[in-house]
Amino acid sequence: MMIPCPHCGDRDVSEFRYGGDASKQRPAHGTGDLKAWHDYVFLFENPKGPHTEYWQHVLGCRRWFKLARNTATNEIGGVVS
Amino acid sequence: MTRFRRLPQGGRIDRAKPVSARFDGKALGGFAGDTLASALLANDQVLIGRSFKYHRPRGLVAAGIEEPNGLFTLGEGATTEPNVAATMVDLVDGLVARTQNAWPSAGFDLMAVNSILSPLFQSGFYYKTFMGPTKGSWMFYEPFIREAAGLGKATGLPDPDRYDMRYAFCDVLVVGSGPAGLAAALTAGRSGARVVLADQDSDFGGSLLSGNDAGHEAWRIACIGELKSLPNAETCARTTVQGLYDGNLAVLVENRSHLRPDARKGEARMLLTQLRAKTIVMATGAIERPLVFSNNDRPGVMLASALRSYTNRFAVAPDKRAVIVTNNDTAYQAALDLATAGVAVTVADHRASVSADILSRAGAKGIAIFPGSGIFDVEGAKGVTRVKLGGAHAVTIECDAVGMAGGWSPVVHLSSHGGIKPKFDEAAAGFVPGGFPASHYGAGAMMGTYGLSAAIAEGSNAGASAASYAGFGKTRPVYAPEHVTDRSYAILPTWAPAYSAKGKAFVDFQSDVTIKDVKIAHQEGYRSVEHLKRYTTLGMGTDQGKTSNINALALMAEYRGITIPEAGTTTFRPPYAPLTMGAIAGRTVGAHFRPVRLSPLHDWHVKNGATFIDAGLWKRAWFYSWAGATPETAYVKEMELVRRGVGLADVSTLGKIDIQGPDAAEFLNRVYVNGFAKLPVGKVRYGVMLNDDGIVLDDGTTARISDNQFYMTTTTAQAGEVMSWLEYLLQCHWTDLNVQVASLTDEWAGMAVSGPKAREALQLAFPAEDLSNDALPYMGCKDFPFEGVTVRLLRMSFSGELAYEVHVAADYAISLWAHILKAAAPTGIKPYGLEALASLRIEKGHVAGLELDHRNTLDDLGLGKMAGKEKDYVGRALRFREDCQSPERWSLVGLELMEPDKKLRGGSILFAATDEIKGHGRGYITSVTWSTELNTFIALGLYKGGLGHEGEEIIAAFPLKNEQARLKIVSPHFIDKEGARLHA
Ligand SMILES: [Zn+2]
Repeated sequence: MMIPCPHCGDRDVSEFRYGGDASKQRPAHGTGDLKAWHDYVFLFENPKGPHTEYWQHVLGCRRWFKLARNTATNEIGGVVS
Repeated sequence: MTRFRRLPQGGRIDRAKPVSARFDGKALGGFAGDTLASALLANDQVLIGRSFKYHRPRGLVAAGIEEPNGLFTLGEGATTEPNVAATMVDLVDGLVARTQNAWPSAGFDLMAVNSILSPLFQSGFYYKTFMGPTKGSWMFYEPFIREAAGLGKATGLPDPDRYDMRYAFCDVLVVGSGPAGLAAALTAGRSGARVVLADQDSDFGGSLLSGNDAGHEAWRIACIGELKSLPNAETCARTTVQGLYDGNLAVLVENRSHLRPDARKGEARMLLTQLRAKTIVMATGAIERPLVFSNNDRPGVMLASALRSYTNRFAVAPDKRAVIVTNNDTAYQAALDLATAGVAVTVADHRASVSADILSRAGAKGIAIFPGSGIFDVEGAKGVTRVKLGGAHAVTIECDAVGMAGGWSPVVHLSSHGGIKPKFDEAAAGFVPGGFPASHYGAGAMMGTYGLSAAIAEGSNAGASAASYAGFGKTRPVYAPEHVTDRSYAILPTWAPAYSAKGKAFVDFQSDVTIKDVKIAHQEGYRSVEHLKRYTTLGMGTDQGKTSNINALALMAEYRGITIPEAGTTTFRPPYAPLTMGAIAGRTVGAHFRPVRLSPLHDWHVKNGATFIDAGLWKRAWFYSWAGATPETAYVKEMELVRRGVGLADVSTLGKIDIQGPDAAEFLNRVYVNGFAKLPVGKVRYGVMLNDDGIVLDDGTTARISDNQFYMTTTTAQAGEVMSWLEYLLQCHWTDLNVQVASLTDEWAGMAVSGPKAREALQLAFPAEDLSNDALPYMGCKDFPFEGVTVRLLRMSFSGELAYEVHVAADYAISLWAHILKAAAPTGIKPYGLEALASLRIEKGHVAGLELDHRNTLDDLGLGKMAGKEKDYVGRALRFREDCQSPERWSLVGLELMEPDKKLRGGSILFAATDEIKGHGRGYITSVTWSTELNTFIALGLYKGGLGHEGEEIIAAFPLKNEQARLKIVSPHFIDKEGARLHA
């Protein structure tokens, strides 16, 4: 699988680390009760199909970014801003 | 009697280059261009081994990668490689091969008794007999059965061969160099696209290599010549495309064994290429199917296409007569070519009538045809002697070989590696690709397009499309040679034998699965193809059922009264063909198995008597020779050094992070549970970080260098994780904070100076600095220049003694370390290693990686009081969820051994005194050491209810050694609870 790093371009997946579901909004610092944090940290849709997720070019420029990837086909939809 | 012989002329062998190999200890002669298989046949070695379960005599079935029987062990000693198909091995001088699965020899096999006991080995025999009512008996029988029913054996010795790996890129990858593949590669190449053509064979041409038509050969030579002349084309022979992965990553493995049967020459024996192709054209061809009839596994019974290959390509043919049995027209190619080579040929054709065209062409070559007939039985225990036909013509024919022509199975494996299931094509009577992603194309026989001119046209089109997809425009198509007539490939589907004697009729030769086994599996309710495979072991051999899958599937469909597509097909996964583990490992073996990280002080440790221990990727100084020869004695002396004098330890492996920016203090205040917003410049603070879920991520220290600059240290184990976490928060979530982070782990070295004489030692090393308690109190820090280099001094301690850490740029680490030892020599300072470092912190009750197991909370570790009450921090909300608040959680305790004659072991399971010693207990020992202060073994551990049980006597069990010891739960702070020494 090739992942398009917004800084370095297409690089092999082995240079990246996966950072999880990026579709959810993290409660802002200083806010969020137990329920809000619980839902944010533990509840996932885990879809088969289109997914927006965090990746880091950890063995490269170390940039974190959001990526659209189809979890069923590994088709890359590109970087999401 | 002679069954096979070398023809006096012809073939692609080089008769001017004789080759001598060794087979089962005897010389085996042949010529350059031979495979091990063709050389064996040329030497009339028809019986080449025994079958997997029944130990039946077996011969070669195929001439290519699909060979199920001809598996040999190559090489000797450490270079031994078992289960190699003889059809894929170039015959070279010095090659050593031997038969496997036959004892004492293939010709006289004591294990053939298995054949008489064959009811034992039918479908599900293993399951029924050994897995069923007599549970446990499998353990007893397994070694015996594996000994008797087995493939070759690995040596168990380290592999001395070299394997290599490379990355490559291209525009168009063409897999397979048959007519379709050549046309595709050349058409794409003519556009200027970077083309890679890979073929598992030693030469290019695929099925053309097995033909004898001069026009076709001229076409092949011209195509290869032009392709090789293109600077943008790369041709890879002996290179199998083993798998296709996401993003058009193809894994190619080139077998270079022919270069070096002698392991000492130094070339890589195999080369694995990770090839990124913009587009892929699959032209992987088709494999002929056997027919199922009584005793169809006699040596000398092979695929008709294999007889043709051996005759035309290797100039090895049946001695006098061959019988070919077929359900389609393609068998006549073999029949005609064998007849041309001087072999008398009889064809038994399942079909009631044969076309006039074939009748006339066959008649001209003297080929006898029996329409409406098939094989009733084959005779000849160690090689075919006679064939009895059944059906319209029940005649008996003396012969040397039998050719089976059951139609063709497209090689669809690669097309389904991406998850697209093959679909059944009635016209092709086989599975064809179920579809392709946009950048993939198929051409030729693998698409069910069998005719030569049609395959070439399809290949050329695919090559043009692929080049265009990859961004290349103009090209010229490749045309088929003139005067090619594409004949019919239609079969009369006759899956089960219509007329058959009672001998075993094999569906899968390699796994020894007969038609009866398939029937039994069906009767017993194993209806899914996947169950059939697992129950009968069909298709589970090293050939992965390349010749057997369709026949088995068709038979299963017939028994169930459904169509073949309804019965489904099995899933194809990489690798396409058996692969030596060495090829996958490449150079990632031995010292190169994983990277090694060395402290900037490493060379000093090496020269000064350190013994090293692996800590993650790091090599760390474990203990030094001045203190003793073994860790058990040395670390105690090194601990005493620190408790009574002063020691110097390398802590460069700690994660070190530079944090800068106007919001740096706010940032740290958020990630640490304790307050950092008001940390004064010149102070360092111990801190703990949580994950979002409230579980402890790491502990460490951070010093404030200036208003906007901080210097963080993390544990060695979590250095990468913490760095990535900080970057995540800053880049993904807290984008409003103006903070930059940079790892200094490799750029800076750290050394701990610990012990009551630490200040005295440092004062000797840095006489210009005021290091008094007032000037640099506990948890103070300062940067100062020393001989032009910035030294960062942090007064903090993990040992519980008066201690400092000295940090400096890595390039100066050794000179500064040596300077401290020399200048402070009057204090008796010496180096101490990781074992003592870890033991000192256990005595002090400092948690470290072994306690921070990614399951514990702040409270579990007794650190709850550290957390800020008035501020938010990462993990705060979930830290207070119900589960994390339970008083019954496993939490940190100190443990003291109550039985002086015993010792404690890390990992011991903890039980209450009244518990039965069974199961997972109430906790476990995380860290253990001998305490020089208390003169006993002490430990840290996690225990259900934790210090709520302080003072209780419990039991530590170590079942692996059958040991138990009594312990007392105590405070984890074994020494200096008030911290007087720290503040000295
Ligand atoms: Zn990057």
